[in-house]
Amino acid sequence: MQVAAEHWRYRRCKLATIGTLAGLFSGLFGVGGGSVIVPLLVLWLGYDERAATATSLAAIVFIAGFAAAVQGLYGNVHLLDAVLIAVPALVGVLIGTWLQQRLQTRLIALLFSALLMASAVELVLK
Amino acid sequence: MIGVLAVGLAAGIVAGLLGVGGGVLFVPGLAIFLGLNQHHAEATSLLAIVPVAILGTYRQDRYGNVRRADALLLGVLSLAGAAGGVALANALSGVILRYAFAGLMVVVAVQLAHRSLASKHVAHLGVEDTVAEHQEVDQRHEHGCPQIDELRGNAEH
Repeated sequence: MQVAAEHWRYRRCKLATIGTLAGLFSGLFGVGGGSVIVPLLVLWLGYDERAATATSLAAIVFIAGFAAAVQGLYGNVHLLDAVLIAVPALVGVLIGTWLQQRLQTRLIALLFSALLMASAVELVLK
Repeated sequence: MIGVLAVGLAAGIVAGLLGVGGGVLFVPGLAIFLGLNQHHAEATSLLAIVPVAILGTYRQDRYGNVRRADALLLGVLSLAGAAGGVALANALSGVILRYAFAGLMVVVAVQLAHRSLASKHVAHLGVEDTVAEHQEVDQRHEHGCPQIDELRGNAEH
């Protein structure tokens, strides 16, 4: 049982570290923090990719919600614009999670990777 | 207008599919198509992520993929970091923040490409396998270490 207790303590430490890093990341960049959470859950806690992405999404609800509230205090949040981009995204999530159970996501990950590279260049040149 | 709707749809699909990509597309989408500055785009992106993540979580939970205790712990333990991150973002200039964000996109892109090319990590388990694995992990947590329990049992006999 001592082994199990120690195991849990390590787990909690790891989760606290991942949470803090993800929170900083999320607040700083306005993203959910999934790109921090997912690989760390896989590498540190032995999650498979699917469980890592799902658990990351659940944690992001808290992280992004709180960070948005703090940003609201700074007066930076545009409510209407958030609705405008979130509504089609909700439809997209339904499509995405449905596809995830049926597709090899490798090709999509590569395409998305290329899209991100292009957007990064666009953002710097803007 | 159509641009921002398209970006929203694309962001939702990759968020559901890859677990990343909501915010990483929301921020440039809001900046490019709605003309928000970097700070406002980031703040608005955070709010837009919330309903998307709620829906994604609900769907994933039905497939049995969400480990709820870990997710809750992660969420609660991230709040201080999130407040710090927001304060830091607001202390930085928009230009620095935009360049840093572009850097982040490159990092995410490289990470994704690496993940998808390292075949071991994308060897996707079937849904049933994942559920079975969960139960196995849950049992391990409930009963401590089965091997040790087994050894104890043998010693008693």
